[in-house]
Amino acid sequence: MAYSEKVIDHYQHPRNVGSFGTSKDVAARRDIGVGIVGAPECGDVMQLQLRISDEGVIEDAKFKCFGCGSAIASSSLATEWIKGRTIDEALTIRNTQIVEELSLPPVKIHCSVLAEDSIRSAIADFQKKNGIAAAKAESDAAAR
Amino acid sequence: MALKLPIYMDNAATTRTDPRVVEAMLPYFTEKFGNAASRNHVFGWDAEDGVETAREQAATLIGASSKEVIWTSGSTESNNLAIKGAARMYAKGPEGTKNRGHIITCVIEHKAVLDPCKRLEREGFDITWITPPADGVITRQMIADALRPDTILVSIMWVNNEIGTINEVPEIGKLCHEKGIIFHTDATQWVGKMPTDVERDCIDLMSWSSHKIYGPKGVGALFVRRRSPRVRLEAIIDGGGHERGMRSGTLNVTGVVGFGKACELCREGMDADRERLYSLKQKLERELLSRLEVVQVNGHADRRVPHIANISFGYVEGESLLMGIKEIACSSGSACTSASLEPSYVLKNLGIGDELAHSSLRLSIGRWTTEAEIDYAIQAIEKSVQHLRALSPLWDLFKEGIDVSKIEWQSH
Repeated sequence: MAYSEKVIDHYQHPRNVGSFGTSKDVAARRDIGVGIVGAPECGDVMQLQLRISDEGVIEDAKFKCFGCGSAIASSSLATEWIKGRTIDEALTIRNTQIVEELSLPPVKIHCSVLAEDSIRSAIADFQKKNGIAAAKAESDAAAR
Repeated sequence: MALKLPIYMDNAATTRTDPRVVEAMLPYFTEKFGNAASRNHVFGWDAEDGVETAREQAATLIGASSKEVIWTSGSTESNNLAIKGAARMYAKGPEGTKNRGHIITCVIEHKAVLDPCKRLEREGFDITWITPPADGVITRQMIADALRPDTILVSIMWVNNEIGTINEVPEIGKLCHEKGIIFHTDATQWVGKMPTDVERDCIDLMSWSSHKIYGPKGVGALFVRRRSPRVRLEAIIDGGGHERGMRSGTLNVTGVVGFGKACELCREGMDADRERLYSLKQKLERELLSRLEVVQVNGHADRRVPHIANISFGYVEGESLLMGIKEIACSSGSACTSASLEPSYVLKNLGIGDELAHSSLRLSIGRWTTEAEIDYAIQAIEKSVQHLRALSPLWDLFKEGIDVSKIEWQSH
């Protein structure tokens, strides 16, 4: 299968790789939301960590990904897109935009879905830690 | 000699045709182009001569008589003819009835054996599907334990095509002969690479293929024993009664001539090739195991052919690994590299675990693999695995001492 140039670029030079500490460290930090989606037996796991200010701005984003080139590129791209955005803005990102940007073939659409899920999951984790009503996220979801 | 990229390490999928084989084939395209079944002119006689020389070459490679070699289009057809042909010939009941006979095979056979057996199951035959242990080796004892009074056929591959493990084929053959049961082996990854003697090894039916042994694609052979016992098959392809009525259709003369030449070359160079490939494979496995953590060579430690290495790299996904070593042509057991999005059924059946199955590479070397290529592969794989582990959340969890298999993942 041929990959698009953008996928190859993200694979070779992934943006914002890393984490803000061990899984224990980040679990204790209220300014960090963690999303882990996927499963090893399905061949892809994405981990997204967001450092979010009191004003709800995503100041930094780090990812790690076990998966195919398209999964790596999708999560790398997601970090680029959400850095500096507000939570509300980040939640408007759709997997279809990732598909389009990376020219993913149909068989790789699930990679983009995972990336969208990881954003939602990391934001939900941040909100839960900070006692922000999940209702906000839910109402956003309902509004889609 | 300078290293030429890309490097071909997928010789278990197919091989480059040996130039000496191509040379042998050429006259049969333009000069000796006759139909081997044309009995009344020189064009036909020339073609027939070529076909019969090839039959001798193929028979010599496996210790058979040339009358016992049937030409086919490849191993898939040979397997179909052997399994369906024998089952239907020796069936204990007519079509449309149940309990037509018992067949033994195993779950890590090639699909070209599994699918014919599944069809026979629907046609009223009983199949026992043996699951191998973690080392992947099917033993005589496993077959002995599965035998029944109504067993008519045993089909066990000589070498597994994904992991390269060698089954106890001569021992299983002897057992079958003692019990009067027909024994078929898919020897696609064995013949031409390893010494074969259908008499000594007690084989009744054996499939092999030209393009795995440096011959052209589109031609294969089935060994069909003619004496003690004489094995009979019901044909699958009817029309003209070629190949002793077992396989009708005008012969692929050029392909057959090339296949014969490929068999001859394999026989002449076998010992030297085998030793060379064995030491290259040993180096590849040894270096990767010593340079990287959490690496596993799949299949039995010793009972493996010299040309196939199947290696899992923990916490790294196979397709992304292939992408990182794009100058090396090889295969992966990863779901993402298959049409079905399922990881390798062979590795799954060995109980290797889906995540290690996703993380596997099959590197298969051949006649033209050089030590420089092996060195390149070692470096490239090491570098790529390290790159991907730096990206892998599972690697972090492993390094933190967390057992990834005990986490409840939200599957999708």
